[in-house]
Amino acid sequence: MFHWIHKYGSPKYFYNFSRRLTPWLGGITAVLLAVGLVWGLVIAPPDYQQGDSYRIIFIHVPSAWMSMFVYMIMATSGFIVLVWRMKVAEAMMRASAPLGASFTFLALVTGSLWGKPMWGTYWVWDARLTSELILLFLYLGFIALQSAIEDRRTAARAGAVLALVGVVNIPIIHYSVEWWSTLHQGPTVTKLSAPSITLNMLLPLLDMALAFTIYYFTIVLKRVRCELLDSESGSNWVRELADDKGY
Amino acid sequence: MTLHEFLYMGGYAAFVWPAYGLALVVLVVNLVVPHRRERQTLRQIARQHRRVRRSG
Repeated sequence: MFHWIHKYGSPKYFYNFSRRLTPWLGGITAVLLAVGLVWGLVIAPPDYQQGDSYRIIFIHVPSAWMSMFVYMIMATSGFIVLVWRMKVAEAMMRASAPLGASFTFLALVTGSLWGKPMWGTYWVWDARLTSELILLFLYLGFIALQSAIEDRRTAARAGAVLALVGVVNIPIIHYSVEWWSTLHQGPTVTKLSAPSITLNMLLPLLDMALAFTIYYFTIVLKRVRCELLDSESGSNWVRELADDKGY
Repeated sequence: MTLHEFLYMGGYAAFVWPAYGLALVVLVVNLVVPHRRERQTLRQIARQHRRVRRSG
């Protein structure tokens, strides 16, 4: 197993492996998105209380899930950075931050667009919304920290510490709707009993969540490749690659 | 369902479509930015490599 990690964890192998994977991941993302959009916007029935406004759920909930999922990937990579100093983990952490920030931003804005017609306001300072906003600031803080520290490897270690400390916010976001009274509704999908949502709405939601997940992996691998090219620009395989491409 | 009904979104068009539009913009920007960066970096490295070879 350690041989395997050593081989595929090396920047060169990881670069080539991810390059071959990208078109497949991109294709699957496109198909899932197409299915999810048609199903969510056309086939799924309007909600009996919320009418067609609920269709924002197909963007909002996958974005919100991804905002936390990407953070956990960042924190896990951060742990690997601190313990094993793996370059690919450094790249993974740095590549994830802009995507996580994007998903968090989407979750906040689509939630706000959904809140206006349903709650009568774009924003309230309640636990769920505030903790999600803090998540956005954690991502932005991480990105700022990376550009503030000149040396890449020092920046990665500092960022890893920030990412790990910020993990405390994730359970707060998740349980905020149970711990505090809030305008935000409780979970409908991840309840232990059967989800309180009809299949014709649940399936497009899960489809979109999967689409966002695979989208994330498609793009994060691309970003990891950029990071590896930067950090390995002096090594032979990168030069040969650049020459082969005919640039 | 007619096209007009679809675009009208039961009266919630002003909330549903901006949400989907913004999502589209965010997904596309995140796709284009690293794509251009990867090509730019490779080009830059190739140029440096050529310069080193010429001078050496």
